[in-house]
Amino acid sequence: MIEVKLPAMGAEMEEGKLLEWKVKPGDGVKRGDIIAIVDTTKAAVDVESWDEGRVHELLVPVGDTVPVGTVIATLLAPGEAAPAPRAKPAAPAPAAKPTPAPPSPARKAVSPAARARAKELAVDVEKIAGSGPQGAVTVEDVERAAQGAKPADRAAEMRRAIGAAMSRSKREIPHYYLAETIPMARAVEWLAAENAKRPVTERLLMGVVQLKAVARALAKAPELNGFWRDGAFVASQAIHIGVAISIREGGLIAPAIHDVDRKDLGQLMRDLSDVVSRARAGSLRSSEMSDPTITVTNLGESGVEAVHGVIYPPQVALVGFGRLSSRPWVDEGNVRAMPLVTATLAADHRVSDGIRGARFLAELRERLQHPEEL
Amino acid sequence: MNDDDVRAKVVAIIRSIAPEVEEGELTSSRPLRDQVDLDSMDWLKVIIGVHEKLHVDIPEADYGKLRTLDDWVAYLRAKLA
Repeated sequence: MIEVKLPAMGAEMEEGKLLEWKVKPGDGVKRGDIIAIVDTTKAAVDVESWDEGRVHELLVPVGDTVPVGTVIATLLAPGEAAPAPRAKPAAPAPAAKPTPAPPSPARKAVSPAARARAKELAVDVEKIAGSGPQGAVTVEDVERAAQGAKPADRAAEMRRAIGAAMSRSKREIPHYYLAETIPMARAVEWLAAENAKRPVTERLLMGVVQLKAVARALAKAPELNGFWRDGAFVASQAIHIGVAISIREGGLIAPAIHDVDRKDLGQLMRDLSDVVSRARAGSLRSSEMSDPTITVTNLGESGVEAVHGVIYPPQVALVGFGRLSSRPWVDEGNVRAMPLVTATLAADHRVSDGIRGARFLAELRERLQHPEEL
Repeated sequence: MNDDDVRAKVVAIIRSIAPEVEEGELTSSRPLRDQVDLDSMDWLKVIIGVHEKLHVDIPEADYGKLRTLDDWVAYLRAKLA
């Protein structure tokens, strides 16, 4: 029997609300298949299966909020026979909350006024927990449920979640900061020539060139790529870069682009475009939210020269890019105009020292002088 | 297609990428980037939208010519003529 647990999708996530099951008992699932949609404080996220098997039981009813780590479903491994059904969801003991009674199969008691209000607000009364007599759904319950779906509320929750993660970061992580001004003439020329050859739909952005250069440079600085867990650094072999994406209604989310070092620029561009669209539409996947090994933030488009970032725990480094612009540059004794970008590194002093960080930035600069090799 | 049709199509493409823009909110003569929050990814999506909806391919070298909606209309009218 394989237990599917609610994953932690972000450092600050403690619980999630099950919005929808995408599978039912008896369905076959493969690794990576989406099995449920869960609402976190930041976004509705598609939860993927990590295993192959057949769905045995769904243990959490739609609408319930459960702590991270709760077994939400069980799968039978290929060839495994179904055991006797289990009684109730298994939640981790310390964080466990009382499990609400499963919704009654009988028609729900809803006051006529509440039903009318629900219609106005496009709220499904069947999904609302009632607070009236015998659990009847009242007008207030409907309005509260409608309120919960409003973007303003989402923005406030996201702000709280960002605040919690960043406060933890600044409390726990001894940051050090480095900056390097990188000449970009070669990268700019190469990208213009490359894009002139590509169809409109396959054009690349400089952000993708920078992402790949970061991934390449990380090969020389493995202590910047991984996690701080249980008082020790765990390096990651894979390079999954969290890309900071601003949400139009406000806030920020940093889902991962996986295996950046192993993808070509065209594939990375498609991945970036896809993840930005999905982040803004609120349909990210659990693996994207839980496993970035480092974050890259690019604030150059907002016009700033440099970013001194806050590391997203449990990661141990963050790379920032500022504005790409033409500035004075001394080259063989002559001053000339040169497109430049300031790259910065915020890194965790528990794991690495400035000299390693400096080597990383030097390598990043070097990689950006050879864009054709990226 | 007259100027108003071209303008309406460009505005529709922009609104599909920046849904917070209200109908009729954009001033034709003001720089678009002062009126709409478009990053380079959004901009590229506008260019791809024009490629798909109007079948005009805009080279990167011409991006600088497309500051206002008036610029867009003049540019696309010339390409569509």
